[in-house]
Amino acid sequence: MPDTEIDLLRDNLSPHGDIIYSKLIAAYDGLDEKASAALSARLILLMANQIGTPAILDALIETARQYEDA
Amino acid sequence: MPRYNYQPFPYQRPPGLDVEEPRHQIVIVGAGPIGLAMAIDLAQRGIASVILDDNNVVSVGSRAICWAKRTLEIFDRLGVGERMLEKGVVWKVGRLFDGDAQIYEFDLLPEAGHKYPAFINLQQYYVEQYLVERAQAFPDLIDLRFKNKLLEHVDAGTFVKLEIETPDGLYSLETRYLLACDGAGSPTRKRMDLAFDGQVFDEHFLIADVEMDTSPFETETPERWFWFNPPFHQGQSALLHQQPDNIYRIDLQLDPDADPEEEASEAKVLPRIKAIMGDKPFKLDWMSVYKFRCAALQKFVHGRVIFVGDSAHVVSPFGARGGNGGIHDVDNLGWKLAHILTDISPESLLDSYDEERGHGAAENIANSARATTFMTPKNASEMRFREAVLTLASDAPFAQKLINSGRLSLPCSLAGMSLQTEGQTKYIKGAIAPGTAIPDAPLAGGHWLIELLNRQFCLIGIGNIALPEIAGLQRIGISQMSQDYRCFEDSDGLVAARYGTDIAYLIRPDGHCAALFTADTISDVAAAFSTAKGC
Ligand SMILES: Cc1cc2nc3c(=O)[nH]c(=O)nc-3n(C[C@H](O)[C@H](O)[C@H](O)COP(=O)(O)OP(=O)(O)OC[C@H]3O[C@@H](n4cnc5c(N)ncnc54)[C@H](O)[C@@H]3O)c2cc1C
Repeated sequence: MPDTEIDLLRDNLSPHGDIIYSKLIAAYDGLDEKASAALSARLILLMANQIGTPAILDALIETARQYEDA
Repeated sequence: MPRYNYQPFPYQRPPGLDVEEPRHQIVIVGAGPIGLAMAIDLAQRGIASVILDDNNVVSVGSRAICWAKRTLEIFDRLGVGERMLEKGVVWKVGRLFDGDAQIYEFDLLPEAGHKYPAFINLQQYYVEQYLVERAQAFPDLIDLRFKNKLLEHVDAGTFVKLEIETPDGLYSLETRYLLACDGAGSPTRKRMDLAFDGQVFDEHFLIADVEMDTSPFETETPERWFWFNPPFHQGQSALLHQQPDNIYRIDLQLDPDADPEEEASEAKVLPRIKAIMGDKPFKLDWMSVYKFRCAALQKFVHGRVIFVGDSAHVVSPFGARGGNGGIHDVDNLGWKLAHILTDISPESLLDSYDEERGHGAAENIANSARATTFMTPKNASEMRFREAVLTLASDAPFAQKLINSGRLSLPCSLAGMSLQTEGQTKYIKGAIAPGTAIPDAPLAGGHWLIELLNRQFCLIGIGNIALPEIAGLQRIGISQMSQDYRCFEDSDGLVAARYGTDIAYLIRPDGHCAALFTADTISDVAAAFSTAKGC
């Protein structure tokens, strides 16, 4: 695993993790599959824009893809 | 019926059947854990009460089994905490599985220097038995009336009139306050037609208690195992943990369209238990299927009728906040009623019960609703998020933290509410903020701080700060000397570590901090004391 991963997996959400999770869930309330996928794309773009750094985005994408067959 | 040895409590013919009883100060309807704890708390403050219960045995089935630290500290004050601790099971290792695979394991390392652990597992029937036995130690103050069913009540403004049914017929009573501790289905609440709104969850849950001599955990120490997508049945989750007497609790989530009656048949249940336990021999002890909701009354105080425990709020069982939350209600209400009945505080002090416990109930409901959402994904996107968390959790600490199989009951903070005095808090590093439930710490001579601070209003001074004398306010010094009040040594330095030093705190009878001071200004302390009493 690349070194950067340690930072990517570190917990930055505590103590608000449960609340943030429930906000994410609520964001999708009432959306069908197509609308959900579109919302995800918009959210990911907005979050990517917040992160801004290409190296971090590369590492995030790589980490997320590692689990593809899981 | 569980193997627990149910001893019916005796019914005695109540005096009201033959003569008119004088008006009582307090009548409690319901001898569940909450009603019983309520009567003991009041008795310890010198207040007499009558408890009515339509039944005459303790809880059928284990029901609430997880009792959290703060609740145990309250039970300590009520005189049953040590007995519960002795009997209860403490688990440390928790394991989370996704299907067959363990995704995560954690060790609840207890923090040293507390009388009670983070929580214990103990069946509700034991808790009720200990509470009844404790209540019987106050024959002059607690009048326990089994097989006395409340049929009607009328709030007459300055008192409540009650109509009660017994095996020998009907009688009536009058009481200044009626405490409705009559459970989730509260007949009192229904009689008053009060809205009890909230969220119902579609899934059915099956709880089974099984008795077995060999531990399914294959270790000496008790553990807690939680499965998402359990391999041994169709539902979304399953939980296994240990109770005293070699009894293991299994909680199985069932499909929304499962037929509860069929699911609760031995033909369906036994194979599932076998799938979990392997070929270790076991005996089914108790089983129940239920559907739950999260709901609360808008207000808990309605004229002379006050709702306490499940009658006021119900939560999903994840996080064990039902029983615990109700005991926190008792802790909050007991001293307030005693202050009102002894004319120290005005009746408006009860508004703070609504304010503080309404907040507590909302917090418990929010926590248990979030856990329920995680455990019972209700659509494809909820399922996707959960799968993503479970997948990442094998490596990622942040995702492990997001796995929500119930968050342990913690006391809520009362910061910013009307009985607390904010003062200079923001400027004191390491100090406890007003509104916080105070942490325990060991003192020299085998004493525990919670044993001293959990009873009446108290001003505690740590280190270099003098404590002014104020009528009705007990004083305790730590790491200081005084001729006028008791002082203790901070033998392990944990009081200073948890509370700071050269500070005084005003502690409420329910062990919450009401104010803190860095100088012994008698007028500041007196003002905060007055505020805390609702005067
Ligand atoms: C199947 C089941 C499993 C549960 N599991 C858990 C768990 O794992 N963890 C957890 O924290 N909680 C659990 N709970 C909830 C927990 O049991 C309650 O939170 C707790 O019992 C609340 O206590 P209470 O005293 O408010 O009400 P109850 O224990 O319900 O007591 C109410 C009492 O009032 C009496 N009563 C009712 N009407 C009248 C009347 N008209 N006249 C006289 N008496 C009356 C009843 O007989 C009863 O004794 C469970 C509950 C059930 C039913």
